[in-house]
Amino acid sequence: MDPSTLLIAARSVTRRPRATTEPLYVRVLLIGVAMVFVGLFLVVPLTAVFAEALSGGVAAYLESFRDVDAKAAIRLTVLAAGIAIPLNLVFGVAASWAIAKFEFVGKSLLTALIDLPFAVSPVISGLIYVLLFGLHGYLGPWLAAHDIQIVFAVPGIVLATLFVTFPFVARELIPLMQAQGAEEEEAAISLGAGGWQTFFRVTLPNIKWGLLYGVILCNARAMGEFGAVSVISGHIRGLTNTVPLHVEILYNEYNFVGAFAVASLLTLLALVTLVLKSLAEWRFRQELRVGREREECPHEY
Amino acid sequence: MSIEVHNISKRFGTFEALRDVSLEVGTGELVALLGPSGSGKTTLLRIIAGLDAPDTGTGQVRLHDEDVTGQQAGSRRVGFVFQHYALFRHMTVFDNIAFGLRVRPRPLRPRRSEIRARVYALLKLVQLEWLADRYPGQLSGGQRQRIALARALAIEPKVLLLDEPFGALDARTRQELRRWLRRLHSDLRVTSVLVTHDQEEALEVADRVVIMNAGRIEQMGTPEEVFHRPASEFIMNFLGHVNIFHGRVEGKKAFLGPLEIEYGGEYQSTTRPARGLVRPHQLDIETHANGKPGFRATIRHINAAGPRVKVDLAADTGEAVHVELSQERYGVLRLAMGQVVHVVPREVNVFVDEGQNSE
Repeated sequence: MDPSTLLIAARSVTRRPRATTEPLYVRVLLIGVAMVFVGLFLVVPLTAVFAEALSGGVAAYLESFRDVDAKAAIRLTVLAAGIAIPLNLVFGVAASWAIAKFEFVGKSLLTALIDLPFAVSPVISGLIYVLLFGLHGYLGPWLAAHDIQIVFAVPGIVLATLFVTFPFVARELIPLMQAQGAEEEEAAISLGAGGWQTFFRVTLPNIKWGLLYGVILCNARAMGEFGAVSVISGHIRGLTNTVPLHVEILYNEYNFVGAFAVASLLTLLALVTLVLKSLAEWRFRQELRVGREREECPHEY
Repeated sequence: MSIEVHNISKRFGTFEALRDVSLEVGTGELVALLGPSGSGKTTLLRIIAGLDAPDTGTGQVRLHDEDVTGQQAGSRRVGFVFQHYALFRHMTVFDNIAFGLRVRPRPLRPRRSEIRARVYALLKLVQLEWLADRYPGQLSGGQRQRIALARALAIEPKVLLLDEPFGALDARTRQELRRWLRRLHSDLRVTSVLVTHDQEEALEVADRVVIMNAGRIEQMGTPEEVFHRPASEFIMNFLGHVNIFHGRVEGKKAFLGPLEIEYGGEYQSTTRPARGLVRPHQLDIETHANGKPGFRATIRHINAAGPRVKVDLAADTGEAVHVELSQERYGVLRLAMGQVVHVVPREVNVFVDEGQNSE
């Protein structure tokens, strides 16, 4: 094709869309409104966090992390997430494997229960543990008698974190596994593979991106959780303070630089999560798509 | 016997998928399970493979004279080919075929070099050696199904079970693969059971056809037997196009729509409802009545583009009739649209209610 015909082709393409696109002012208006909204509610606050954190200079910013209580809060948050994620990962994989690949009594009940933490307000879920394990709770006296402390201690924080992050992995994996069906597993079993071989060689590789996506979401929630943890923590500095709780304390003490500096840590975590999430999501969609292709008739030579 | 199934029943909730089914497949045979969807054919295949269990207390599955009813699918050494291939999508073609060998317990696992040799031998068998490093997503449907077959053969199965193996392919590839499977089976002589809802496929590929309907086996026999001597109206109807004439049988006479013929079956002392089934090629057209039993009809449409000429007619009594003629016969007759002719059946299968049949 010579350049002139290409040019004509290009021109006709640019002229033709009249029928399928909106007039210019509508497009400008709609996109403009969306951009202003995003700027006002996302970009400005995000910038404000870093601006406030650095308002006392870089030295003051870094100083905030040298504080013993800040370090303890970071350690506790990492610990809680470090326990909650592996546990929910194992649970999530087991539950979605069971729900997607097998038929059993109580399946719909289990599916509904997995979503419970999404439906319940985090404050309530924290309160449930206080009512259960607190000194005046149902199990409180027994726990006190055996010198086990759950409420206002690290175990309570881990439990609350576990509860609120419970659905993330399962919720990502169930639709994925359902779309992929059980045929590959059946093929593996008929070829002589055992249960674990089938899981590690066939099932796990097929869901790895969906699993990673679920773990990223799980981690973001585990580290950022405020409500549930706030109720059960008791806010004991250096002992039961997580990063979000520490931010609140610093802010209430009018230590704005400290509060925003620690908050910037969570903001950075959110940004990293966002990037990882987009990457994982992209691969995860491919997994899902391949799963769905199974249903359609493939093309021939 | 390679495969024996005795008195198997299977329910899914209130749906009876199989009702007391028994079946035997001889060594080296290729048997097709044929039936409409929901007839239980896939369920039967999955029970033979061990992927589904029969209802407790019913029946037995035996492979090579060994009772495997309680055995798990993995220890039955059954090659299973799925309708949607079920290839491991994250593994290369090579790894897919090698899978069955690699998951064996260490003492039984072949050496790496042996596995490699075996996989390439299988790839050569299915004529796809150059695809060893590709992923299933990069293959066409026909190629995928051949790889799935190679994977199933890698474990040297005692029997090969194929669940609608060509169901997801287009008509042309389906036909090619069908012939290829037939040749492959003649070479390997692995006892095979193929499930299909396509009567043409069953009749073309199988040594023996088992026709299933509503969880039961309706008829077993060679393709010729089931095609030419259908045991029931359902089978005749299922195995290709038919003209159906509704009517009755009285004594030794059958009155079927426009048709009045001698009834070859038992003398019927009372009038019984009956239906006459005639395949399009069992009807002939005469331009003038010549004394043979037949009826008058008007030609509505002629399709001469094909090896046989298809003529649609309307009988004087209103029924639509389809006739297939050879090109030679059509040339002699010189038919035209709207022409009034005589339709003469060469053969009519009469099915009297209460399951009796005759010609």
